[in-house]
Amino acid sequence: MKYVIIGYSVAAVNAIKIIRKFDSLGEIVVVTDEDRIYSRPLISYYLAGKVSKDKIGFIEYDFEKKYNIKVLYSTIVKKVDTKNFKIILSNRETISFDKLLITTGGKPIIPKIDGLENDTAGVFTFTKFSDAENILKYLEKNIVSESVILGGGLIGMKAAEGLLNKNIKLKIVDLTDRLLANTFDKKASNYLEKKLVEQSSEFIKENTITKVTTKNNKIVSVTLQNKKVIKTNMLIIAIGVKPNLDIIEKTNIKTDRGILVNEHMQTNIKNIYAAGDVAQGKDFLSNTNSVIAIWPVAAKQGKVAGYNIVGKDVSYDGMFAMNSVEILGIPSISFGITNPDIKDSQYKVLSREDKNFYKKIVLKNNKVVGAILINSIDRAGIYKLIIKEQLDVSEFYNNLLKDNFGFLVLPKNFRKHFVTGDGIEV
Amino acid sequence: MKKIVINEEYCIGCRLCEVYCVSQHSKSKDIIKTFKSSEDRPVSGIVFEENGYTTFALQCRHCKESPCTTACLTSAMYKNNNEIVLHNKEKCVGCWMCIMVCPFGIIKPDLKNKKVASKCDLCIGREVPVCVEHCPNEAIVLKEK
Ligand SMILES: Cc1cc2nc3c(=O)[nH]c(=O)nc-3n(C[C@H](O)[C@H](O)[C@H](O)COP(=O)(O)OP(=O)(O)OC[C@H]3O[C@@H](n4cnc5c(N)ncnc54)[C@H](O)[C@@H]3O)c2cc1C
Repeated sequence: MKYVIIGYSVAAVNAIKIIRKFDSLGEIVVVTDEDRIYSRPLISYYLAGKVSKDKIGFIEYDFEKKYNIKVLYSTIVKKVDTKNFKIILSNRETISFDKLLITTGGKPIIPKIDGLENDTAGVFTFTKFSDAENILKYLEKNIVSESVILGGGLIGMKAAEGLLNKNIKLKIVDLTDRLLANTFDKKASNYLEKKLVEQSSEFIKENTITKVTTKNNKIVSVTLQNKKVIKTNMLIIAIGVKPNLDIIEKTNIKTDRGILVNEHMQTNIKNIYAAGDVAQGKDFLSNTNSVIAIWPVAAKQGKVAGYNIVGKDVSYDGMFAMNSVEILGIPSISFGITNPDIKDSQYKVLSREDKNFYKKIVLKNNKVVGAILINSIDRAGIYKLIIKEQLDVSEFYNNLLKDNFGFLVLPKNFRKHFVTGDGIEV
Repeated sequence: MKKIVINEEYCIGCRLCEVYCVSQHSKSKDIIKTFKSSEDRPVSGIVFEENGYTTFALQCRHCKESPCTTACLTSAMYKNNNEIVLHNKEKCVGCWMCIMVCPFGIIKPDLKNKKVASKCDLCIGREVPVCVEHCPNEAIVLKEK
């Protein structure tokens, strides 16, 4: 049996561990266009100087030997040949497979901006280790006291965290009216905006960049939609990522936003699987397929793909969006649906706040479907548990936001089942 | 593998489990010294809940499919060869992914030092974990699972 995996990150690693559990002999070949494996979310910690180059990994140093895999680094896959079951590399070589797993992740969305060229110096994206390296190199050669970040979502805020640690002031520009718009509401965003101001930085909402001005091919300023000009010699573009579908364009593999996969992480083509940020799998809350580009989802999907690739029938039961982000010293955790349509009477919103913390719970038909926790993250995972278990909270929802929130707030039979249950998977 | 099982009906809320957990994970392993010196006082690996007369103490369940190890961005949270979930402070960057996914809410953050503060290690190296050994009413017991 020959297994080929494209991309070597968290989805791939989790799949490999499972495949080897059941097949110690099959050949595993991994192809990655990067020159190393590292934990992608740690690039902001690396940029900030909080994690060194040698600590940015997330697997054992002898992983490749231990799991007996062959990794082709700095090797670009050009195309998947779904008829002849092989992949074609950029150097025209081909590798055949019995089973293929596609984990090509996401790639940054780069908007068309007047004056912005592919090679404009001082303009960066922020999704790869090499991006962090390039930013650090640029900072060594140039005095950057202020930078603009286009996009106040997860990646923009991660870049912000890294740069603020380097004492660079920021202007963060976003089309929406708040930071982390996918998961935060306006109130939650305010806690971060206040912190930004303390660091002589600013959030510019409901705005975007319409023009980049350069001198000798190096950025000197940006112009906003409202015509305001901001002088800067650094711009980070972080308006989002999209599934990296380049290698399957013009193949018969079905896609929507990402590669469509069933509960076995299988594509519409037998023996071809996809997992992680590139895959569009089941969303537990909406019961549709969506791309949920977060680490735990990639890990879980990688595992499920691994099982099915070796013929074990394991189903992915769907996850939902969630994130834990500590920005500007404020820890925050969010789950699921955080900005429900308030006109829809199925929803009910509970919240509690003071100047230091904010907690919001979203109920739909008496079940928790979302939460935002700002600066008050203790025992957060229990909210995730009751979302996943679809626990009816109508009898005790008043206790969900109390300081002593925990298992004692939950019905006794529910709590006993979980606390004494073994090997439960949540 | 042996697992800790708790019985809330038997818990009398004495919190001895916490006291022993803290001193077991201190440098001196001595109760008096541990509680007198603030430097040598670790955070307990036990979450104690109390509501009127109902109390119970909960520690890591060392789940079979442990969500904390899957979600960890650095592999600071990992499983050893005996399927015990352990935490490596050196590697921890305080991203709180484990706190987000632990369904039991038993991982405590040390927000100041940006590290997971405590996590039950099943008193590795000991035959019986101290919380089990010192529970006066068999509310915390060790069972083969
Ligand atoms: C700055 C940043 C911070 C983040 N922070 C968090 C966080 O705090 N929490 C969280 O849950 N998630 C976070 N994420 C998201 C998380 O990193 C991703 O969900 C996760 O990395 C997805 O893993 P994956 O295995 O699907 O693919 P990826 O990690 O995206 O890896 C895909 C790999 O495939 C390679 N590849 C692509 N095309 C080819 C090709 N044609 N040939 C060869 N190789 C190819 C890519 O170069 C890459 O190495 C963050 C992401 C970024 C960028």
